[in-house]
Amino acid sequence: MSLLSVRGLTVSFPTSDGVVRAVRGLTFDVEPGQTLGIVGETGSGKSVTALSLLGLNPGADISGSAVFEGRDLLTMRPDEIRRVRGAEIAMIFQDPLSSLHPYYRVGWQIVEAIRTHTQVSRDRAMRQAVELLRLVSIPQPERRVQAFPHELSGGMRQRAMIAMALALRPKLLIADEPTTALDATVQAQLMELLGGMQRELGMAMIVITHDLGLVATVADRVLVMYAGRGAESADYRTIFRSPHHPYTRGLLASIPGAAGSGGRLIPIVGQPPSLIRIPSGCAFHPRCPFAMDVCIREQPPFAPVNDGEAHASACWLPPDAVGVGPSADATRERYVKSRQGPAVSRLRDARSPRSGGDVAYV
Amino acid sequence: MSPTSDPGQPPPPAAIDQPPPDAPRPVETLLGIENVVKHFPIKRGIFFKRQIGSVQAVEGVSLEVRRGETLGLVGETGCGKSTLARCITRLHPLTSGRIVFDGVDLSDLSPRQMRPYRRRMQMIFQDPYGSLNPRRRVGSIIGDPLTIHGVAEGPERKRRVQELMEIVGLNPEHYNRFPSEFSGGQRQRIGVARALALRPSLVVCDEPVSALDVSVQAQIINLLEDLQGEFGLTYVFIAHDLAVVEHVSDRVAVMYLGKVVELAETAELFGSPRHPYTAALLSASMIADPEKARSAHRVVLYGDVPSPINPPSGCRFHTRCPKAQPICSVEEPPLEVKPGDPAGHVAACHFPVQPGETLVGATPAFSEALSSLAVTSPEAGRESAG
Repeated sequence: MSLLSVRGLTVSFPTSDGVVRAVRGLTFDVEPGQTLGIVGETGSGKSVTALSLLGLNPGADISGSAVFEGRDLLTMRPDEIRRVRGAEIAMIFQDPLSSLHPYYRVGWQIVEAIRTHTQVSRDRAMRQAVELLRLVSIPQPERRVQAFPHELSGGMRQRAMIAMALALRPKLLIADEPTTALDATVQAQLMELLGGMQRELGMAMIVITHDLGLVATVADRVLVMYAGRGAESADYRTIFRSPHHPYTRGLLASIPGAAGSGGRLIPIVGQPPSLIRIPSGCAFHPRCPFAMDVCIREQPPFAPVNDGEAHASACWLPPDAVGVGPSADATRERYVKSRQGPAVSRLRDARSPRSGGDVAYV
Repeated sequence: MSPTSDPGQPPPPAAIDQPPPDAPRPVETLLGIENVVKHFPIKRGIFFKRQIGSVQAVEGVSLEVRRGETLGLVGETGCGKSTLARCITRLHPLTSGRIVFDGVDLSDLSPRQMRPYRRRMQMIFQDPYGSLNPRRRVGSIIGDPLTIHGVAEGPERKRRVQELMEIVGLNPEHYNRFPSEFSGGQRQRIGVARALALRPSLVVCDEPVSALDVSVQAQIINLLEDLQGEFGLTYVFIAHDLAVVEHVSDRVAVMYLGKVVELAETAELFGSPRHPYTAALLSASMIADPEKARSAHRVVLYGDVPSPINPPSGCRFHTRCPKAQPICSVEEPPLEVKPGDPAGHVAACHFPVQPGETLVGATPAFSEALSSLAVTSPEAGRESAG
């Protein structure tokens, strides 16, 4: 049984400019002890998803379900979710400076986290805090518990966040861009630390990132998000070796050094859409090299690519007819040719070769 | 590639002070960075500020940038790469050392004497939000350099700006828009157009794609590559993303705490790094390829980069180096060609990494540490709370 099972998660925010539809019917599962990588660009809804699970999105309209160990997180009362948050599902954020309280010492904040969920004495909690800091390889932990967040380096702050998150041995850790603000060598330290912790605690992780390198390194399964929906989901090998969705393919081809890229980069034209005015049909159609008439009209279902549900993709290209992976390009071109009407041609004409079809031209 | 007219524009009017023509002494080296030192003083006191120390941001860097090449500059936060970039373009005065551009020593030119050279070296900045004035229209952002250097005015200026917009893939009709009306990728294009306005020979790109979305990064990288071919540009390309640097650079210099620790042709550096820091940095970068990423042997460095206010003695990397020996903390290794390496490959290390050698970093023992830690289980918390 899945540890966390999210079905049809929909999150929108009413704003003065219109309704921001940040997440639109997202479905995924997290298995115990596994790492799910959620990949997406700015505005794909990946962080909103995480915050919604923990009830940290006040003011949002949320529907769907997120069942964690038999209980739906989305329908919990505030006091119920508060007991889950931190103790059973912990979260670490991208920017550890703004997620630690600047006014309180690091040790105090860890003690507070421990004492919120368990009845231990202040002294004992402080001793635990010291041990936790030692565990995340912070030198001189006895002194560092007395430090304020601004006195620590970026890497150390993130380690203090990890220490706090792990204090209560959560079953699920949500890491939202855990290493984005950090240097490569520190990133490697932290991911090794998290990996070690995960093995020891048997904890499941959701790693939210835009960094495909990080996903390639740590994820068991990968969910690619685009404009608030799941574009493709599969085990990590399949995502990198035989992706089906043109967006996944595009991401891989546009990264130097990625599997399937070589020589000149092939960028995805245009840019991610505004979540207030999401394109009709498949939200990716204005940027898709294989757009067909149907893509402009109808939203593709998130459906299994092959037999079995392990690999799913939301695209109108039938996998059995056009195949998956980079080798399928020619077949795909032939397939879509007969299915492109004047609407698609207009879309094509609007893209300038050099601008990569930036909206300036549309 | 360019959708409109020939990019080779007529030469600027002769009225303004012309840079010395390239012709007399065509040098292979466009930019020489000679022993550049940049310290930022730290002062204390209210009335009589005395200097109590200095941040040694760049400490004796020598590099040469060849005409038409892309020199990649990598290193972590605080290694001095951005400071070096600003020293090259003389946005910072040097503490000591020389910047020689096209055979001319720029280091102690007056601002007025510097002017003709400013036209020939431009910068592209990391943050496409912070580097464009939000209250000015795109037309004037791109056109300002033309006015300041007296290159073009009025309708001619507008024509040039629109041509530049076209070259970088922006719609010329958006001449009168504000930066806020553009996306991040488009703003970076505006920054590129502004840098190109004066036909520079050298463009210093300081993290030009780091702030952009993955799918947009490739657009800008390709654009920069195309422009280099079209206009014969020389790039100094600074980035912390090693995959990007590997992709765009001809040669790569690795910096650590204000010093260049290794310099080589790109393939050579990525294929056989000699400095342990380079090796660690390369192994730490996560490649977007699961097989490579998971099979890679990671050299995990412990600790943080030491403070540049009080850098370690000897080799500055010795505090974190898995190969450090007593001599490393005493004697600073020179940047030199190591035995068996091609001429252009230099490294500053007493004990360079040998081919096939694997570096070992210490790994904390999680299981012992965790089991010794008596963390109360969350169940207990639920009971007590319920």
